[in-house]
Amino acid sequence: MKVQEVEIKAGRSERHYWRDLWRNRELLYILSMRDVSVRYKQTALGAAWGLIRPLTTMLIMVFVFSKVAKLQGDPGVPYPLMVLGGITIWTFFSTAFTQVSNSVTLNSNLVTKVYFPRLIMPLSSIAVSFIDFLVSLGLFIILAAWYRFMPDWHLLFVPLFMILAVLASFAFGLFFAVVNVRFRDIGQLIPFIVQVGFYACPIAYSSRLVAGERWYSIYMLNPMVGIIDGFRWSLLGGKAYFNPQSLVYSVAIVLICLLLSVYFFRKRENSFVDDI
Amino acid sequence: MSVITVENISKHYIIDHKRGKGGTTLRDMVSENLRSWFGKKRPDDEEVTHEEFWALRDVNFNIEQGDRVGIVGHNGAGKSTLLKILSRIIEPTTGSVKIRGRVASLLEVGTGFHPELTGRENIFLNGSLLGMSRNEIRRQFDAIVDFAGVEKFLDTPVKRYSSGMYVRLGFAISAHLDPEIMIVDEVLAVGDAEFQKKSLGKMRDNSASGRTILFVSHNLTAVQALCNKTLYFEKGQLLENGETNAVIATYLSKVSRTRLCRSWDTPEEAPGNDQVRIKRIELIPEYQDKLTHIDVRTPMRVRFEFWNMMDSANLNLSMHLNSLTGECIFNVGSKSQPYGKGLVTGECTIPGYFLNDGSYTISMMIVKDTVTPLYHMEEGLTFDVEDYREGVAWYGKWPGYVRPQFQFHMDSLVAEPVK
Repeated sequence: MKVQEVEIKAGRSERHYWRDLWRNRELLYILSMRDVSVRYKQTALGAAWGLIRPLTTMLIMVFVFSKVAKLQGDPGVPYPLMVLGGITIWTFFSTAFTQVSNSVTLNSNLVTKVYFPRLIMPLSSIAVSFIDFLVSLGLFIILAAWYRFMPDWHLLFVPLFMILAVLASFAFGLFFAVVNVRFRDIGQLIPFIVQVGFYACPIAYSSRLVAGERWYSIYMLNPMVGIIDGFRWSLLGGKAYFNPQSLVYSVAIVLICLLLSVYFFRKRENSFVDDI
Repeated sequence: MSVITVENISKHYIIDHKRGKGGTTLRDMVSENLRSWFGKKRPDDEEVTHEEFWALRDVNFNIEQGDRVGIVGHNGAGKSTLLKILSRIIEPTTGSVKIRGRVASLLEVGTGFHPELTGRENIFLNGSLLGMSRNEIRRQFDAIVDFAGVEKFLDTPVKRYSSGMYVRLGFAISAHLDPEIMIVDEVLAVGDAEFQKKSLGKMRDNSASGRTILFVSHNLTAVQALCNKTLYFEKGQLLENGETNAVIATYLSKVSRTRLCRSWDTPEEAPGNDQVRIKRIELIPEYQDKLTHIDVRTPMRVRFEFWNMMDSANLNLSMHLNSLTGECIFNVGSKSQPYGKGLVTGECTIPGYFLNDGSYTISMMIVKDTVTPLYHMEEGLTFDVEDYREGVAWYGKWPGYVRPQFQFHMDSLVAEPVK
């Protein structure tokens, strides 16, 4: 076996960071499985929670927005299906974002005791939300069958929007993960951000309703608008409202934020152990 | 061939002392920044002072392949900082380290164990945190389970494990690592005697196969048993580096002189008040057998001298002996007697075979009429009691605060044959 050689020096602890990250992919897998397995231990309903949450949210939203507020959905698309599509991708994004934000502080016992590329922690924390996503997607398929709604070739784009949602949760979560280490009160801000986001994004309503407004161009700057609309478009086909321009904004903003966040994380990760 | 080369390593911390409440919240930070933007100074009562602290300073050494190196020194001497730098958990402020070979560092037993997960799941979790691949873990799995003796509980969550089982499982995993360099911090301080013997044996076997071991321990007996070289740290500096026996001898001769005597020449500069002032407090060990340090066998006398400034008062002395963590181990008082103005002296004897090994502080209190404390000198003396054992093959920390030698009578009775 080749002898590994490591040089530890001030300010530049790891030249081979990305190589190390790759070498630790098994650790990434095991930490992901840990989170998944812990999540469903000692719960009476187990994975059913992944079903109950989107289902009840959908029912409430349909009741409030469609029945009480009498909002119009996209023509030709059942309102519950539209809402569930939005909830599925939003819940995925928001749980991933929350998990990533808390990933470093939740693993503080590891940070002070073992070395591994610290990016493993946020990366591994996404797995749990992915499981929930699959359950929610299953629910969507059942509901679509109930409405005799047949998806078409647009479905091929689902993975693209999934990847975008992962990148977005990472881009924003990573920043909070770093800040959270030093300022614990940031942790309390995250549920609030998620709550505001739920209404600021086209989840329980269609973007069509705001497309005519003067401030629509500002509305589109929210990177989640393009991702949610696009995801819904790929599930529900051409009848769902989707403005490709919003996707351009989403991709650009997510990528820029991702680069900045990763840079920030790499810059600060060596001081986690002192601040935690 | 040297496997570890440490050059000019220093680690520097800045400690912020803020008077008032502790903890950083964003609010503190924001308000601080706003103030400085507007050119306003903080109010005096919230003054921040920065204290510099060198956890390690200009440390240089080499470690050859196959060496078993002990690291000794007091609490806060920099041992753990060094291990953390070598384990890449923290970065040095200056200097560089070159390490050739795969490193496994064991700074705690059962790192990352999750209480909700089963023994089986935790073996994989901990193993991969320590740098094992899943295939390696699978290969060693049976050996680990066997070493820890937890076959029956493999599918039980570790939160239901006894603390002994937990530690055994944790150690068993690390004992089956196959690194070229192993960094171990005080893991022998836990677990029962039988298990410790097994672990130490395992570590010795490992080093026989050319593995390099770095071992931090407060237990000099264990260091002597395991290590051929020793590094002695004091206040962040490497004081001595060489053969274990020589280094430990230096260490022992230095440690016991910690602070065995404090005295003040005139009442004006002495601690105290208008009624009494401390003149001198001294611990006098009565070394036997040419010993130059205090160990569990050594009897000690504690001498007190103080000035009584009152014309006449019923006074008594009260001596507290505390552990390093501040727990009072015992408190003895002298008889209350009337004293006139002038110097009062007293002495208290602590017998040998009484205190267990550890660090202790002595504080003294002068009491009037057996109820009113006149003066309490909290930080009096500090001293260390070193371990000493004879005919014991066990190297774990001897439990308890005291280590008395009470009468222990045993008889051997001939057993009746069982029918």
